[in-house]
Order: sequence, then C-alpha cells, then structure tokens
Amino acid sequence: MKTRLIKATLALCCASWLASGPACAEEAKPEPKPVKLTTTADHSKFKQLQKTFDSGPEVTKACLECHTEAAGQIHRTKHWKWEFLNPETKQTLGKKTVVNNFCISIASNYASCTSCHVGYGWKDASFDFSKQENVDCLACHDTTGNYKKPPGFAGNPVTKDTEFPPGSGKIVKGIDLAKIAQKVGKSSRDTCGACHFNGGGGDGVKHGDMDSSLAAPTKEIDVHMDAEGLDFTCGTCHKTSSHDVAGSRYTPTAKDDKGVQVRGKAGSGNPATCVACHDNAPHKKEARLNHHATKIACQTCHIPTYARGGIATKMTWDWSTAGKRDKDGKHITLKDAKGRITYESRKGDFTLAENVKPEYAWFNGNVQYTLLTDKIEKSEQRTPINRMGGSPTDGKSMIWPMKVFRGSQPYDPVNKTLITPHTAGNDDTGFWKNLDWDKAIPVGMQDSGAPYSGKFDFIKTEMSWPITHMVAPKEKALGCAECHAREGRLAGIQGVYLPARDNNKLVDTAGWAIVLLTLLGVIGHGALRIVTRKH
Amino acid sequence: MSERIYVFKRFERFWHWSQAALIIFLMLTAFDIHGTYKIFGFEKAVAYHTTAAWTLIGLWVFAIFWHFTTGEWKQYIPTTEKVVAMMKYYLVGIFKHAPHPFKLTTLRKHNPLQRLAYLFILVCVGPLLWVTGVLYLFYDKWAAWGLGSLSLEWVALGHTIGAFMMLAFLIAHVYLTTAGHTPMAHIKAMITGWEEVD
Repeated sequence: MKTRLIKATLALCCASWLASGPACAEEAKPEPKPVKLTTTADHSKFKQLQKTFDSGPEVTKACLECHTEAAGQIHRTKHWKWEFLNPETKQTLGKKTVVNNFCISIASNYASCTSCHVGYGWKDASFDFSKQENVDCLACHDTTGNYKKPPGFAGNPVTKDTEFPPGSGKIVKGIDLAKIAQKVGKSSRDTCGACHFNGGGGDGVKHGDMDSSLAAPTKEIDVHMDAEGLDFTCGTCHKTSSHDVAGSRYTPTAKDDKGVQVRGKAGSGNPATCVACHDNAPHKKEARLNHHATKIACQTCHIPTYARGGIATKMTWDWSTAGKRDKDGKHITLKDAKGRITYESRKGDFTLAENVKPEYAWFNGNVQYTLLTDKIEKSEQRTPINRMGGSPTDGKSMIWPMKVFRGSQPYDPVNKTLITPHTAGNDDTGFWKNLDWDKAIPVGMQDSGAPYSGKFDFIKTEMSWPITHMVAPKEKALGCAECHAREGRLAGIQGVYLPARDNNKLVDTAGWAIVLLTLLGVIGHGALRIVTRKH
Repeated sequence: MSERIYVFKRFERFWHWSQAALIIFLMLTAFDIHGTYKIFGFEKAVAYHTTAAWTLIGLWVFAIFWHFTTGEWKQYIPTTEKVVAMMKYYLVGIFKHAPHPFKLTTLRKHNPLQRLAYLFILVCVGPLLWVTGVLYLFYDKWAAWGLGSLSLEWVALGHTIGAFMMLAFLIAHVYLTTAGHTPMAHIKAMITGWEEVD
C-alpha cells in the first residue's frame, strides 16, 4: 500500500516536471524580444538631425522645428531663470541670487557654474534669456551618457578637441552632438543626476541624500529607484508638466494633508510628496504609526541615514583656512585615508561623512534666506544661511530630518553682509587660481552689485537641507527606541511628550521616595518583629 | 488548638495569582517604557505591556462578574470598626505578641485596614491606571473620540503616578502577608484556600 502511494507520487512528480520543463521549451519558439520604446519617434530617422552640429544652439534650432513650444516652456522655469520669487516671504531667490556656504555664489563665476544651466552661453550678466536657441535640450534628454558640459565653457558643450585652460596642455575632448541628438529620450536619473548629484562641486557634496549611487541604486539605497525593482526615475515623483519640474527647495511642502493625488482631483498639491502616492495614513498594520505621521514627516523614520550609497557628503567647509601654499609656492591638496580631499588651498578645510544620522527640527516649509542685502552680526551663534520656519504649535510643522551644513565663509565686517567672491575663472582675480581674497572679493561683489568696504573677515554659518531622498526599505525604517529613549534622535525636539524620553522630575522623585519609604518601613517593621520574636 | 477555615475559593486564588503575575510583569515593562532601565527595550516592552494589559482587562471582566454573582464584593465595603485597633496592633501589638484584634471569618476575610487599602486600590489607583492606560493605548483615536484637546503629557503623568502607588502597595502588601500567625500562613492560605485561625 505504502509503496504504491510513493510510486504514484513519483509518477505524478515526473509527469508535471516533463509538462512544465523541457517539453515546453521544445514547443515554444523564442519570441523576438520586445523593443521597449518610451517614444513613438525614432529621432535617428529625422533629416534635421542627420548633420554635423558645431554648437549646442544649432541642435536646439533643429529640435524647435518640431517641438515649437518647448523653448518657451523652458523659459518659464526655475531651471532656466535660476530665479524664484518666494510668494510668502517675497524674497527673490534662485541660484542667480542666493548665497550658500559651499561654493558661495555664482556671481562672477558664471562660466564655471552655468555648465549646469539648461542653456548655452551664460558667461556673464549679459546673457540673453529670451533667445530660444539658448535652451539646452540635450542636458535633460541625452540618453547616451556622452553629453558633457565642462565647467569654464559657460554651459556650452565642446565639439572639437580644445586645450583648456588655454596654455595648460590639457585637452578637453570634443563630442559628436549629432549622435547624441539622434538618440534623445526622456530624462533619466543620469541626466538629472549630472547636475543634481554633483551640487556643491562634486559627487554627493551638497545634498547628502543625492549622489551618483542613485544612478543605479540597490533597494537598500532607495526603495523606489531600486534599479532591479521599482526603478523610478526622478520624474516619477517630480511629475513634470510643460517642462516645469514639480518640487522645490525654496518652498518645500513640509506637511501634505491633501492625501493621494487622484487623476481629476481638484487642487494643485505637490505631486512629489510621499503623501501624493501613499496617502496620510499608509500604515496598515500599526495604526499608531499613522498618528505619528500627523506630526512626523515620513522621511524622519524612513530615511534612517543619508549618504548611504558609499559616497561621502561634505559636512563642514572652512573657507578661512584657504590660501595656504607649500614651500614651492604651489597649491596644496590633502586627502584622508580613504582618498577623500580634506584640504585644498583654493577651498579650505572639509570634513566628510557617510551614513550620516540627520539632525531633526520642526519645519513648516517656510525658508528665509540670508541674502547679500541682509545685515548679519558675527557672534557665538552661527549665522543661518537659511532659516527653517517651524514650531510644534503652528499646525503646519512636522518633524523633519535635516542635513545641517556648517562652515566658515568670508563676510564684510564693516557693511555686515555676506560676501560673494570671484572664485572660478582663469584670470588674475579668480581666487581658485591666485588665492588672493583682496583681488577676488571686489570683483565678485561688483558683479553682485553689492557694496564692499574693502575689509573682510570670516563668519561661521550653517545651512539646513531637508532630507527627502534615499528612502530605505520599510524593514530599515527607524525602530521606536531610536527616538523613545533618554538621549534618542529627537532629544532636542520640543513640544511633544515622548514616552521614555520625557518624564516629570517631581512625579519621578516623589514616586521613588514613596516607594523607598514603603520599603524602608517594611524592612524596619520586619526587623523589629524579628528582634522581638518569642524564642 | 487552631481551626481551619476555607477563605479563598478556587477562582479567587486563580484570580489573585494570575493578577499578581500580570501586575508584576506590567511593572517590569512599565519602567522599561518609562526609560528607567532597559530589559526588553522600548519597542518590545510596549508590545508586552499592551498584551499584559489586555490580558488583565480580560481577567478583570471575569473577576468583576464573579464578585457580583457571589456577593463577594461586600468584602470590600469599608468599615471604621477596629481600624484604630488594627493600626495599634501593627504599630505596637505585633511586637508584644498581643492577640490579633480581628477575627477572620469566611464572610469577613479582610481585616478593616485591608478593606480600606484594597478599596483605595480598587476605586483610586486602579481606575487611574485603567483610564490613563486605555487612553494611552488609543492615543491615535483621541481626535476621533472628541478628546483632541487632551494632553499626552498629563495622561502619561497620571499613569506614572498610578504606577508608583501600585508599586508602593505591592511592597507593603507582600510584606504584610508575613504578618499572619506564622510568616507563611497567609501565603499558604492564598495557595490552598485554607487559613488557620487561632
């Protein structure tokens, strides 16, 4: 009986293996691999693109023959204008105006900085923002990875081998724009990343939650962008409409209570928030966590650390030590054990870090910048480059993770303003070439149109960067005890009662006193009973 | 010669000991959650504390039912009779081996001080812990229940105060179990149900 059963089972197993295995493979003819096109147009077939392009604007003119309104759309965006009027604070912001504590400002440094502008030829303040052919289509639509806009060329690609800087003997290789133009496609992590991964002058320098590890990340680095999983591009969240990319660092959405953005739903919420897809109550198993989510930004728990992809981010930058030379009068570069630059004559001292725990703050989305026109005072307190608004009681704030970047940078102690030095540039006054603040500062301040007293000093500053990228898989979200502890991550957060972090000293002291007195009472009583017992 | 009377019925003993275990476990996890020490860690301590709390609530439903159906609730009606005598006994008499002023019967199995103490636990400490504890558990529902203006801090403080009072009670209670005619007499009674009376 038993053996018959085993035989039958074996036979069944064999049959099913034959049916699903080699037998099937013989019958099925290999189907042609479907071509995954994200477009209905093959640009290599277009006559307009089958020619030699000597410059970027020539390519754009060809693009505009069909995409007639594209340049006009770009012209309305921050990516083009580098200017943004904050409707709440009325501050005029944008890269053209703001000062930071990394490379400080773009004024007088255009030719270098504008290699990340979506345009061609912005070399000084005279750039013509109204010219359609000045729009750079390829920066965002290149799919080959070969498109490059080297610093120093005012946002122009190099089409013929060029010695740069002139007389240096270094050759910048020319690229074939026709090949690139024939392969244009949707923007990708690579195209966005070409600039946004490298903010602050290098891979991962500025943001901490954005670096080249996001070009093809693992699930651990970013659960949404996971190249072998969900494979989101930047545009999946930063839903772009008419070339205007959603999401803003100037007016971030700190608290999104609008819920999921369903098609047809009225309202113009930010489609790049977590809530826009996940809703306001996304925790299905632990309802208690949804209550946490009314006060705590998703990012706080779901991005346990930033700079997780193996690329260090800059944490501090001290400009005051810049300018040293070695005994031969040459620039110095120092590196740490991992080969990361920790000192450069032209920039000063840095510290870098990976897997950084963020700092946390109440944040309501209101950001007030310290601009060149604002008066600043040197004091023990660091001068904020940007003030992050927020409080536990304004009803608009959430607890957010932040990268707080601290530095020391030049300021004018007489006029009491920040300073925009001329750094990049192959000229006599550029600080990165000649290491002379007295030459670099007047040129930069003049370009900014700001007064300069002739005196400079260094002032300690800090700048906050809300952390929102590098969302970890849910298993890696913060555990309770990361914050519910005496000295947890939220040790400095006021306005909430945190079990395990908080206690009332009076209640605890009185409570333990009563417990102790009771204990002493019974011990005393018991001792007396033992002493007086009958023998 | 002493006589034996049956004071604690089977359910009552089961209730007492399971409640004792649960309360001690709740205390252990409570001060872990409070941040006083770390045994299980916050996350597990909260989970265990919650489970133990629900178990105790379940036990109480049975206990309340039992007390009312058997009439045993009357054991907790406070009396001033012999309270002073009991206090004198604990403060002086016990050391002089004076006779116990209270004669235990099945209808009056708690001495007057016990009655007062248990009643205080039942009507003050217990409700304080339960009300604040349940609110704590349903923190995320406050707004839906129309309790949005409630402060977590005050609820937490109330719960902590209750916990300290319960701990003080526990210490005194455990000690006083040794105050029978032999140190183990009361404990034996709570295990077997039979108390030896002089």
